[in-house]
Amino acid sequence: MTVITVNGTEQELQIDPTTPLLWVLREQLELTGTKFGCGISQCGACTVHVNGVAMRSCITPISAVAGQNISTIEGLAPSADVLHPLQQAWIDEQVPQCGYCQSGQLMSAAALLAKNPSPSDADIDDAMAGNICRCGMYSRIRKAIKSAAGVQQFDPALVDFVQEVTNG
Amino acid sequence: MGKWTRRGFISAGVIAGGGLIVGVAIRPGNRASELSKHVTGEGETLLHTWVKLDSDNVVTAIVPHSEMGQGVGTALAQMLADELDADWSLVKFEEAPAISEFANYPMFKGMLLAGVDMPDFVVPTVDGVLIRTAQALDLQITGGSLSVRTTGAYGMRVAGAAVKEMLRIAAAQAWQVPVGQVLARDSQMIHEATGRSEPYSAFAGAAAEMTPPASPTLKTPDEFKIMGRHVQRHDLPSKVDGTATFALDVRVPNMLYATVKRAPTFGGGVDNIDDTLTRAIKGVVDVVRLPPAEFSALVGGFSSAESVAVVAEGYWQAKKGMDALNIQWRATENDAVSSDTIFAQFDRDISAAVDRQPDVSQGDLAASMANAVQVIDADYRVPFLAHTCMEPLNATAVVKDGFCEIWIGCQSPLSFRQAVADSLGFEVENVILNNCFMGGGFGRKSRADYAIQAAQLAAKVGRPVQLIWSREEDVQQDFYRPAVQSRFRGALDEAGNLTAWENTYAGKMEPVEAPLIPYTVAAKEIGHVASPTHVPLGAWRSVDHSQHGFFTESFIDEVAVAAGQDSYEYRATRLKHLPRQLAVLRKAATEAQWDVPLAPGRGRGIALQECFGSIVAEVVEVTVKDGNLSVDRVVAVIDAGYAISPDGMKAQIESGIIYGLSAALYGEITIKDGAVAESNFHDYSSVRMSKAPVIETHIINSGETMGGAGEPGTPPIAPALANAIFNATGNRIRQLPIKNSTLNV
Repeated sequence: MTVITVNGTEQELQIDPTTPLLWVLREQLELTGTKFGCGISQCGACTVHVNGVAMRSCITPISAVAGQNISTIEGLAPSADVLHPLQQAWIDEQVPQCGYCQSGQLMSAAALLAKNPSPSDADIDDAMAGNICRCGMYSRIRKAIKSAAGVQQFDPALVDFVQEVTNG
Repeated sequence: MGKWTRRGFISAGVIAGGGLIVGVAIRPGNRASELSKHVTGEGETLLHTWVKLDSDNVVTAIVPHSEMGQGVGTALAQMLADELDADWSLVKFEEAPAISEFANYPMFKGMLLAGVDMPDFVVPTVDGVLIRTAQALDLQITGGSLSVRTTGAYGMRVAGAAVKEMLRIAAAQAWQVPVGQVLARDSQMIHEATGRSEPYSAFAGAAAEMTPPASPTLKTPDEFKIMGRHVQRHDLPSKVDGTATFALDVRVPNMLYATVKRAPTFGGGVDNIDDTLTRAIKGVVDVVRLPPAEFSALVGGFSSAESVAVVAEGYWQAKKGMDALNIQWRATENDAVSSDTIFAQFDRDISAAVDRQPDVSQGDLAASMANAVQVIDADYRVPFLAHTCMEPLNATAVVKDGFCEIWIGCQSPLSFRQAVADSLGFEVENVILNNCFMGGGFGRKSRADYAIQAAQLAAKVGRPVQLIWSREEDVQQDFYRPAVQSRFRGALDEAGNLTAWENTYAGKMEPVEAPLIPYTVAAKEIGHVASPTHVPLGAWRSVDHSQHGFFTESFIDEVAVAAGQDSYEYRATRLKHLPRQLAVLRKAATEAQWDVPLAPGRGRGIALQECFGSIVAEVVEVTVKDGNLSVDRVVAVIDAGYAISPDGMKAQIESGIIYGLSAALYGEITIKDGAVAESNFHDYSSVRMSKAPVIETHIINSGETMGGAGEPGTPPIAPALANAIFNATGNRIRQLPIKNSTLNV
């Protein structure tokens, strides 16, 4: 038996330990937001977070993530009625076309912003290098990452402070 | 647009279509039509095939096209909602189910209407249905950049206007006021004199009793409120939180998973299979041989070879089972064919010009050549290309008691449904096809081979089956963009004028006009030879325009260089008879600051191509440093008549450019030992983030007949890029992909 935590919920799995995490998510746990694109970690459609780090679930055997914390696109939003800033930016910039690669794009971008709140173009190139978009929406993705990074740069405490100062 | 005449869609639609498209009001409980199944809500009334108005005053546009990324539902809903003067926040859309009532009749009508430039290419390339014949009414296809300019222009807008007129009449009757005093605004009927105002839904029932008007008045562009405006796409919220249902995400109780493999050499089959190791794998349920299939002209007119499937409890077991199979493939007569032998054959056939068929023959070519001061020659080549949609081919099927239900993402639901029925020996009425969001289409998902594999597997194993192709199978068993060789000869007089254009190429598909050039030339002779190979061919985003755009727009650049003239000015001088083309080209040059010199090592190239009713010019800027190519910037200009959804159109152009750029830089399917050498994204590459140029798209609303947006962005990018490389380096790229040149890409 393998135990993993997915989006905060512990899951006990009776499964061939060589099975890639991707198929466990999609078939056993019915979390179908994570996509199959290539099976050899070339396209990034299957990107999830393992302990906060972007990983390609299509080549990650379930045995390699036993006991680890996994989050998927279904767990990206902070709550049911609030989107992650990247998800909102994806809508604002009208990023998706077919949308199939976007779960993976968003998970790669979220891992980037989590460790680098104001990435440069080169940082974005590096972090997103593993994600292919056959609809070619790269310039919109780049714009959306930057716009979400802008949102994140607002520290709520700082906003309150500024308001206090402004209001005397 | 003014008054819609009886000669147009409405009368033809109502009469010839019966309940097909412009159905008279249908209400819940009317069992005469399958449409009634889609009116399920309490108090809902279906006023029109494309318009559903429910008791909450919500308007639903029922869209007979498939969403493969192009935002079709949103653009079509904009057209309907604007004519209807609906409140945009109260407008929803849903894709029409695959039933004949939703057959894409306006698309068919669009081709018959005078003045609508409907190309022949739809026939063999997108669907294979004989579109010009009466039986072709059973259509529901997405392709050819046609949705907005046919269904939108001839269906949605007319529907919206017709429904609004009926509602206004109903309101006037209810209020006992002249209909001329009733205003429709934001989903409300208004009578200003008495201060009355009620939602559209209040009059839905009365309107449903009426016969739709034969000639509703359409808005002129200055009256548009929603068309031409940026609206957010309806489908995006579900595409950022993982909830959008692609076919791969369908879950059916008791479902098995399967994967398939065909002989590497096209047309091959199984000699012998040893499945001992496969059947020993835990979770493997069955190993199944699926016979070769012939698809009738009605569903595309192609064939697919025998395949072997492994069915298991999960995809991983099915894949492991496939890898463990020991298959001996039958030898075929094509086992020695390679890309080299194919191009040698093209070269030979072009040189021999046996049975050369003219596309265009104009002027005295021999005389122009004889009198030329300068004659230049060039041979161009492009390879086969795969589509590699992000979502690998897949389908989920249930077959039980003579019925089949299938979930799939496809570009032609009705022909897929027919193909599935044919393959099972069922009546088509006994097949239900649910079309899901497509993770890309690009032409590949117009061929139903993967649909019938799933259906046959479900029938064989007696349980629901989700068939998933591996990426390797997707790359190696595609219907490829044809490889083409194209030979040119151009003649120039003393002043550098182009006096003759001679072009012969091997391999023709559609559209027929793809190799034609817009430029003024005294004599031209364009033609093709047939040079068939065993490689299966299909439509690939922009079809033949992607190859010929590269050839002709590169060679005209060579001509300009030979004439010692600026390549933009040279084109512009020869476009005076085509003001739209000239305006597009000029705007591209202006926006790209064509006249501003670039630093050494940098270059600029331009290209122009008309296709699918739209004209696109692109200017590419590159930097070549130490042999490393960087594509820095692309300026694109499109005249598609009118942009219903400007941001959507820009997104389509950006997408078409990156798709074409991937092909220009990297795209190459190589044939070796009769089979495809490439297998996945590591050796069949796509542009990634760091290689994606800045793209600036400019739209010209010329007001001419609407053209498409999904494909026209693709053809100009390769020649504009190659011309920019020449401008930077003096190296002329005559073969794609550029990765095979001396440049590092």
